[in-house]
Amino acid sequence: MYSNRYITIYTLIMTLVVSVVLAFTVTGLKPFHDEAEAIFKKRDILGAIEGQLPKKLADMSDEEVLSLFDSKVEQVVIDAKGKKQEGVKAESVDMAAEEKKPEAARQYPLFIFNGEQGKIYLTSVRGNGLWDKIWAYVAIKDDLNTIVGAAFGHVGETPGLGAEIKDNPNFPKQFEGKQLLNDQGDYVSVKVVKGGAKDPLHEVDGISGATITSVGVSEMMVRGLEVYLPYLQAQKK
Amino acid sequence: MAETMTKEVKEKEELEWFGPKERKLITDPLNDDNPVTVQILGVCSALAVTTMVKPALIMAVSVTLVTGFSNLVISLMRNGIPKQIRMIVQLVVIAFLVTVVEQVLKAYSYPVWKQLSVFIGLIITNCIVMGRLEAYAMANPPWRSFLDGIGNGAGYGFILIVISVIREFFGRGAILGFKILGATDEFLLNTTKHWWLSWYQPNGLMVLPASAIFLVGIIIWIQRARNPKLVDVS
Repeated sequence: MYSNRYITIYTLIMTLVVSVVLAFTVTGLKPFHDEAEAIFKKRDILGAIEGQLPKKLADMSDEEVLSLFDSKVEQVVIDAKGKKQEGVKAESVDMAAEEKKPEAARQYPLFIFNGEQGKIYLTSVRGNGLWDKIWAYVAIKDDLNTIVGAAFGHVGETPGLGAEIKDNPNFPKQFEGKQLLNDQGDYVSVKVVKGGAKDPLHEVDGISGATITSVGVSEMMVRGLEVYLPYLQAQKK
Repeated sequence: MAETMTKEVKEKEELEWFGPKERKLITDPLNDDNPVTVQILGVCSALAVTTMVKPALIMAVSVTLVTGFSNLVISLMRNGIPKQIRMIVQLVVIAFLVTVVEQVLKAYSYPVWKQLSVFIGLIITNCIVMGRLEAYAMANPPWRSFLDGIGNGAGYGFILIVISVIREFFGRGAILGFKILGATDEFLLNTTKHWWLSWYQPNGLMVLPASAIFLVGIIIWIQRARNPKLVDVS
């Protein structure tokens, strides 16, 4: 039998050693984590315009992604009124943190890709899925109306159902060629509908078995893209 | 610490690197003493990660490493661990090792970490890890404990891979993501051209966890029927 004193000292030393080592590992690896995260995010963003890139995203090395991003992508931050903010980079805007601010104080990141077919505006939208947050990068052509691509992400939608927004390439593909404005020039965005999309310019098919995620995507597309409208309209002239 | 020294003397029988006893530590858990089908440990995670072969493979490798090294560490510490709090100490060691591995993985292979982050947490709660610490590492020298851990991890991984191959093949018509059965032209093999490949309709039940428990049951049945050492003589 061990004495209580031995056990107490043993426990103290063990927890101390473990926590010190863990603390060092976490802080020591933090810069690597941040860098990896940044590259991952850039890959995600470029995923919305994969068709416009010189080669497939999966075949690009991390360095190629970074240099492409640095050379081709202009970063703009806009405020809730659509005014360009000076002195901030879009990649430093954390959508999750912005969401908690009052609407008037929010900032929105906008990445402008200068490709061969003119400028492509990469907007960032965020909304609610069934279990947790979902988000997307939506690429808009330089007519400031037509969507050329979208890349979705989620925290924890059901694999095989809601997670299909990311896992199934056919879902984001539906958004290509859809338009934000209708013939009269009013904002309608793109809706995800049940049972077959009828409007070829403003509706896409939902995912069967994932109604709530589909509704979430629909709402995100309407509300999220709206904030970029004033800025995009201002670019028109 | 004096009383613990006497134990050490008893263990002075010949300790080889790869003697017959050591080899048995690796091979036994693959069949006669399989952690999943004979000890019935780790069934919960065997249901969760076997829908596809790739996560099952990664889980098999990581569990093998964790059982091996936690067995080694606990075996090195075994003479100093107070009996009353041994389980807490074991858990701290497992959680510590897993967290370090997770952090390193996150730093150097972020996409893989992103895919696996849920499973990594599952390793800590895997009953095989703690089961082997309690049953073996607490009473045996380090090298043998390490081999025992590797062996049991491999035994678990073997069952995991068998189940996941069956489930992915019948549930998705694919293995490691390559479509083999069922009509599709999106993978390497254009299965629509061959009637004998395209007739199959993937069975949705195989994707659900329930099918894994049936498969585990069937594997246990076959193993018990064929292995004379497992026949109940009572």
